Amino acid sequence: MSLFEGRELTCIRGERRVFAGLDFSLPAGGALLLTGPNGSGKSSLLRLMAGLLKPARGELLWNGAPVGSEPEDHRARLHYLGHQDAVKPVLNAVENLQFWSGLRGAAPDGIADALARFDLANLATVAGRLLSAGQKRRLALARLLAAPAELWLLDEPGVGLDTASLDRLGGEIARHRAGGGRVVASTHGDLPIGQAHSLALGDFAAGAALEPVW
Amino acid sequence: MTAFLGVLGRDLRLALRQLSDASLVVMFFVLCAALFPFAVGPEPNLLARIAPGVIAVSAMLSVLLSLERLFLADYEDGNLELLVLSPAPLEVIVLAKVLAHWCTTGLPLIFAAPLIALLYDMPADGLPVMLAALALATPSLSLIGAIGAALTLGARRGGVLILLLVLPLCISVLIFTVAAIDAALVGLAAKPHLSILGALLLAALPLAPWASAAALRLAME
Repeated sequence: MSLFEGRELTCIRGERRVFAGLDFSLPAGGALLLTGPNGSGKSSLLRLMAGLLKPARGELLWNGAPVGSEPEDHRARLHYLGHQDAVKPVLNAVENLQFWSGLRGAAPDGIADALARFDLANLATVAGRLLSAGQKRRLALARLLAAPAELWLLDEPGVGLDTASLDRLGGEIARHRAGGGRVVASTHGDLPIGQAHSLALGDFAAGAALEPVW
Repeated sequence: MTAFLGVLGRDLRLALRQLSDASLVVMFFVLCAALFPFAVGPEPNLLARIAPGVIAVSAMLSVLLSLERLFLADYEDGNLELLVLSPAPLEVIVLAKVLAHWCTTGLPLIFAAPLIALLYDMPADGLPVMLAALALATPSLSLIGAIGAALTLGARRGGVLILLLVLPLCISVLIFTVAAIDAALVGLAAKPHLSILGALLLAALPLAPWASAAALRLAME
């Protein structure tokens, strides 16, 4: 059984230890919900899983092999959705989506379907600057579907979405998991995900500032 | 390769839709070069003599000043994270962005340069060499400048900082650009100077994307 694991992860941002000694494991089809107060390290953990940050201590393993040893393979199997939607204002929805899926080397034939599944089909040729915040968010989410990847790392994906779109997102996450995909998402409780493991980052807070090294 | 063409195509398309941004660089180049006669006086022999230097310095400043936006727009709107997380090597993506930058700044400058040469009454014998020298020099400037643009991400007043970081590295490009044109004007062989410009470009081609990619990865932390 393949596993995505983190062992004894410690993250240091600036002079502050955000979390320490954090373990997680995520089997195929599994979901991990990151909860905790602001600043408890949800985004940092997601960036760490994506490889944008290096852990100060501990390691990330995919099927028992450290992900740092073949970073390009790891990048090929993940989607990262950050706080920003990355929608270019002068490109229309289809062009934005084509660019993102091209970056991942995917064929452009999944784009119409991806737009339709987030109810954006009638906005396909609308320029990014004319989209509302929620529509931009949905366009960013559509890139999860336009280029397939096994691991979804979602940083508060529900922000700015209305109830109907939240349900769509929940449905797409369930579909992705049913096909063997994994999801890690940070949330403040608005995300409809069933049977997920919850990881409360507050429990791993090292709290105090780092002991001075001098 | 898909990623390279995708980034190149998108950046060119963005530049085309924001044509005023791209044309600013050419206008800056022409204005900057046109200022010198007001300062040094309208003596025709003097102007013909300083034309190569004026063109080279103005081109260098225009290219470097335009470099601030190279990674900044993607950094601010979150696209840079996606570029860094693309399965394609980041060096290849940087190279595509630099190539797009050159197509929208360096290439128009090469077309505008004969206008300045005409303005300064530079002898026409120097024109082919001037175009060749600029064609070799401007890509080097874009490449070297990309390192500065990547290093200054997240810093305020990045534009001026890029100039401070990168100008010293560009002096060799400047020297041989001017030397090549000067040689052609006095009837000497320009080929050695052009060869050195070519060598500088070939050295910058692998080194600059590598250094820029390393700086971009740091900027993501």
